[in-house]
Amino acid sequence: MGKFITRRILWMFLVLFVISLITFFLMRNVPGGPFAREKPLPEATVKLLNEKYNLDAPVVEQYLDYIGDIVLPRITTGKLTPSSAEDYLVSIPLSGSGEDQKTLQWINFGPTYKSRSRSVNDIFRENLPVSFQLGVAALTIALAIGVPLGTIAALKRNTIYDYIGMGTAILGVSFPVIITAPVLQYLFGVQWGLVPVTGWEGPQYAILPAFALGFVNAALIARLTRASLLQVLNEDYIRTARAKGLTERSVIVAHALRNSLIPVVTILGPLFAALVTGTFVVETIFGIPGMGRYFVTSITGRDYPVIMGTILLYAFFLVVMNLLVDLAYMWIDPRIRFD
Amino acid sequence: MATATQTQTGVINLQEERRQPQSMTRIVVRRFFAHRMAVFGLILLVLIVLYVTVGAAFFSEDYANKTNVRSKFEAPGAEFPFGTDSVGRDVMARTIYGGQISLAIGVVAMSISVTLGTLVGLAAGYFGGLVDAILMRLVEAILTIPLLILLLLLSRALMEISSATTVILGREISVTVVVIVIIIGLTSWMGLSRIVRSMVLSLKEQEFVVAAHSMGAGKARIIFGHILPNCIAPILVSATLEVGVAIVIEAALSFLGFGVMPPTATWGNILNGARQSIDDLWWLWVAPGALIMATVLAINFIGDGLRDAFDPRSIK
Repeated sequence: MGKFITRRILWMFLVLFVISLITFFLMRNVPGGPFAREKPLPEATVKLLNEKYNLDAPVVEQYLDYIGDIVLPRITTGKLTPSSAEDYLVSIPLSGSGEDQKTLQWINFGPTYKSRSRSVNDIFRENLPVSFQLGVAALTIALAIGVPLGTIAALKRNTIYDYIGMGTAILGVSFPVIITAPVLQYLFGVQWGLVPVTGWEGPQYAILPAFALGFVNAALIARLTRASLLQVLNEDYIRTARAKGLTERSVIVAHALRNSLIPVVTILGPLFAALVTGTFVVETIFGIPGMGRYFVTSITGRDYPVIMGTILLYAFFLVVMNLLVDLAYMWIDPRIRFD
Repeated sequence: MATATQTQTGVINLQEERRQPQSMTRIVVRRFFAHRMAVFGLILLVLIVLYVTVGAAFFSEDYANKTNVRSKFEAPGAEFPFGTDSVGRDVMARTIYGGQISLAIGVVAMSISVTLGTLVGLAAGYFGGLVDAILMRLVEAILTIPLLILLLLLSRALMEISSATTVILGREISVTVVVIVIIIGLTSWMGLSRIVRSMVLSLKEQEFVVAAHSMGAGKARIIFGHILPNCIAPILVSATLEVGVAIVIEAALSFLGFGVMPPTATWGNILNGARQSIDDLWWLWVAPGALIMATVLAINFIGDGLRDAFDPRSIK
């Protein structure tokens, strides 16, 4: 068990390293640069900017610098200005005070070229919670609708409940969010004026986007739950459970449903990572200041540190979630062993 | 025989199957056409294809791309059944020509991704060892980068020539169409390659493969002549669904402004033009939106029907 986790964590860092390598060099080979404008900036200005952000150094050196700033902890001496403290995710005062104040600083994702006073960590601090809240709300909706819908459809197979449930689900997976979102906005926001159409100023602003995101995934989860539950219901241990006189309710809940959730849990990992790190389309449509919208503009502006930071953050979430999913398997089905 | 088909009970059908041995293809085709939703999907898709092909006889592509500031934002009426957009183009004519491009993007991107996915899956499953390890780690690495992020990056990397056009099949088309097709195809083969690989792993141990090998069949003959035909079910199903996925991805990319560039229309970039005006200019998104939904729905119904038709456990 311990060995399994250690191996997986080492593997995780290897994956993150490979991804950082691929994206860094892919990104630098994209034509255009962060300071390319339609009306070109004076050459001297571009040169200064490139020097400031170390963009004139060889790409390999830039990569090593970038990774070094994230991975290596460093100790700075002297008083910290608020902005230099916020450049780092971890900032622990060690000893001394005033001029010989020593601080341990760790994990710096670099500056953003777009605004001089903000760092990528600032963007994470401000925009990630927004995406996170929206993602959690959407996932809750998806599970709250998807699992019961799939379960009912499977238990009442080939009845009207099954047909209606699965009909709704196939509609849900077929309707892309770029279409359902404007329809929801038009009906609930514009026509009936029940909820705000765009923006992010309170819980009521999350309702439409969370439902727009939740529906698609609810449909996906419902289909998965139904298929998996149907398969589990044919297993021998279900017959055994019924034969020993358990109530139908406990057969379904304790024996069938629990085992049928394995495929659902499998997609939950990547789904969670995708939802909480920002969903470009929904955030763009609803004008939500989350990670997704930031990412789209950072690609257009060649804001290299923001692009790198977002991708690494997503990849990190994904590998961590996949590890948690594997651990959850063992809890759901004790027959599953990894070592 | 006639009575057996008339009484639609499972038992009779089973007996009928036993009496008359049928080829796999015939069984699948018969089951597919017995699947009501699948037939509905097929009819819907045929209607959409008719709309974008026969419709093109009524408007020229030049007309669909022609701007006319005097007639901008006209509501649907006798002259423009679906209204006009912000530069006075006829939305109906644009959904027709845009539909051709969207459907073509779906089909070509699917061909790329299915070919790649099948080849990678066959190679990884059959050769195993180092080949398998490298290919499957590659699949995992690509899956760890979110699809849309990868697509946005690639689209920017390859699209500096956004206003250029090229001539394909006698039509002048934005170069971005080619770029989009390629990047969608190159980023969506991983799922299929895993499925094919797992099928090959069990197929290559079976007697008929061992027999073929002992009779002196070469690797290529075993892989493409004996193993591939047995993987056809998941390949066909995911090929069908992939067309819908590719159409939706194109729409999402175009919607974010990273997709196909005007004047070439696609359903996605017609929608993009409607972004700022959901309240009063409803006709800008209703027509392309309904067409995308109908197409994807039809494809999903067909895909589900095919899956059930191929599934040996589903006897209807």
